[in-house]
Amino acid sequence: MTAARSVPSPVRSLGSKTALHLFLGVSALLMIYPFIWMIITALKTVHQSLYDPLGVVPHPATLSNFPDAWHSLPFGEAYWNSFYICVLVVAGTLLTGAMAAYGFGRVTFRGSKVLFMLFLATQMVPAQVTLIPLYVELSKFGWIDSHLALIVPGMVNPFAVFLIRQFVKSVPIELEEAALLDGANRWRIFWHVVLPNIRPGLVAVGIVVALNSWNSFLYPLIFLNSTRLFTLPLLLAQFRGQFGGVNYPLVMAGSAITIAPMVIAFLIGQRKILNSMAMSGLGGR
Amino acid sequence: MTEISTARRAGLAAAAMRIRDRPVAAWRRRDLWWGLFFVGPQTLLMVAFVLVPFAVGLALAFTNWGGFGALHWIGLSNFSTELHDPIFRKAVVNTLIIAAVTVPIGLGLAVVLATALEKVRLRSVYLTLLFLPVVTSSVAVSMIWQQLLQPQGPISTAVSKIFGIAPPDWLNNPGLILFAVCAVAIWSSLGLNVVIFLAGLQTIDENVVEAARVDGAGPIRIFWSIKMPLLSPTMFFSTVVAVISSFQTFDIVYVLTSGDGPGDSARTMVYHIYDVGFLHTEFGLSSAAAVILFLLTMVVTLAQFALQGRFVHYES
Repeated sequence: MTAARSVPSPVRSLGSKTALHLFLGVSALLMIYPFIWMIITALKTVHQSLYDPLGVVPHPATLSNFPDAWHSLPFGEAYWNSFYICVLVVAGTLLTGAMAAYGFGRVTFRGSKVLFMLFLATQMVPAQVTLIPLYVELSKFGWIDSHLALIVPGMVNPFAVFLIRQFVKSVPIELEEAALLDGANRWRIFWHVVLPNIRPGLVAVGIVVALNSWNSFLYPLIFLNSTRLFTLPLLLAQFRGQFGGVNYPLVMAGSAITIAPMVIAFLIGQRKILNSMAMSGLGGR
Repeated sequence: MTEISTARRAGLAAAAMRIRDRPVAAWRRRDLWWGLFFVGPQTLLMVAFVLVPFAVGLALAFTNWGGFGALHWIGLSNFSTELHDPIFRKAVVNTLIIAAVTVPIGLGLAVVLATALEKVRLRSVYLTLLFLPVVTSSVAVSMIWQQLLQPQGPISTAVSKIFGIAPPDWLNNPGLILFAVCAVAIWSSLGLNVVIFLAGLQTIDENVVEAARVDGAGPIRIFWSIKMPLLSPTMFFSTVVAVISSFQTFDIVYVLTSGDGPGDSARTMVYHIYDVGFLHTEFGLSSAAAVILFLLTMVVTLAQFALQGRFVHYES
């Protein structure tokens, strides 16, 4: 425990530093162990995965599980579905969310406070209570087994409105007044003055929304029936049902294919993503 | 308005000012319309896809509707059916166990790791590794864990070697399955909590810590008497969020246990709502279960807010 404290004194002992790194190293290793297991297993043959599941070195190592997994279910379509749904949900959430954030943060109109409180209150409504009525409503719209069922309701995001509003309020009002004197209307002010100034906030909220959309499971499970419409997590779950009990390497290759885009995106935008998560986790403070 | 009337009295010079100020006045008058224009789209979406379904869901809980045909009001009978149903009770108990295990252990580990990471070198490398489970799909990680938890898998083998017992079959043993679910749940959210706590720790004023150190406080004393109180608002926020999300455990159970485990041993409330509503199309009954979950969530959340004053320290 003492090692876990951080005392930046110049005489801090080498021993405690080593202990700290040892502790963190072991923790990090435990955290990524399942991913290491996934890759090792995906490189094994079915035979080896059954008779030597613990073997660290795939022998013989084979890459064929990846193309096999890719071709055994429509992964290409699922990639595209997940991708374009994610893009539309993020774009729609950011546009309507930023508009609402500006409306609540900077436009004074009667009832705005009450409406904003209502927005905050809806955050407490758990998705499960709305699940069945939402299903019934969407089936009346003819949206069941259609991506519209994921895209349009997916844009409702009171938390995003709340977070973006914090950023809108930090834009100096003088900028807006200057634009106003130049004859700009509210929309032009919003589009040309406010939006460019809250870009970091939009990126942060967009990242959180994108992650949730990409990894969402319950809604696609309930709203989609046709395999060709499936998103990646849903397709992968299907995968388990078909090959789960026996073909471990194939399932692990499928898992790797599924998580690869997000892992790569995370490794590239790591700093921004961690900051966004911290920011939204602290409620925009 | 005063500006305009002043202008009138002040003649020519002020006339120019009036022209300049007219857009301001008009702008203010039009603000109601602009306000509705800006908040309109998100409000309409919220009403259509949250408020209306919420109201309908509350109403459905008092009916026997099954998706087709006539709908009859049956009062509280769905609620009494559910509350007397041993399967639903099992789901409630399991959900509470998951919350009681994952929240304290998950947040406790996160505080320890965040404190360890606070001033260490290579912090971003460690953080990246810890955070990987958060960005990966819960379905994919559950499928990996499903293999890790097999009796011939690495965890059972290690346990069997260390304790000299038969390798446990985590996913087919009703007594062990919840531990497996909790472990995966803690593992998948740990990185997020570490990042949040680390951000919370970094907002602590270095001078306060330094002052305590000058006064002779050791690292453990500084942790408990300075850092924990200053971190407590973040802890509180994270606890509320963690409890709510543990009440909504579904993906992990669904994939890890191929349903809800042997003999409903891993059935959670959300799995129950899904099962009754979508696999058995008992919409009324499922809605009643959802309303009970909603009430339970509200009671626990309000209780946390009520206890907040005792444990949470806010700087004035």
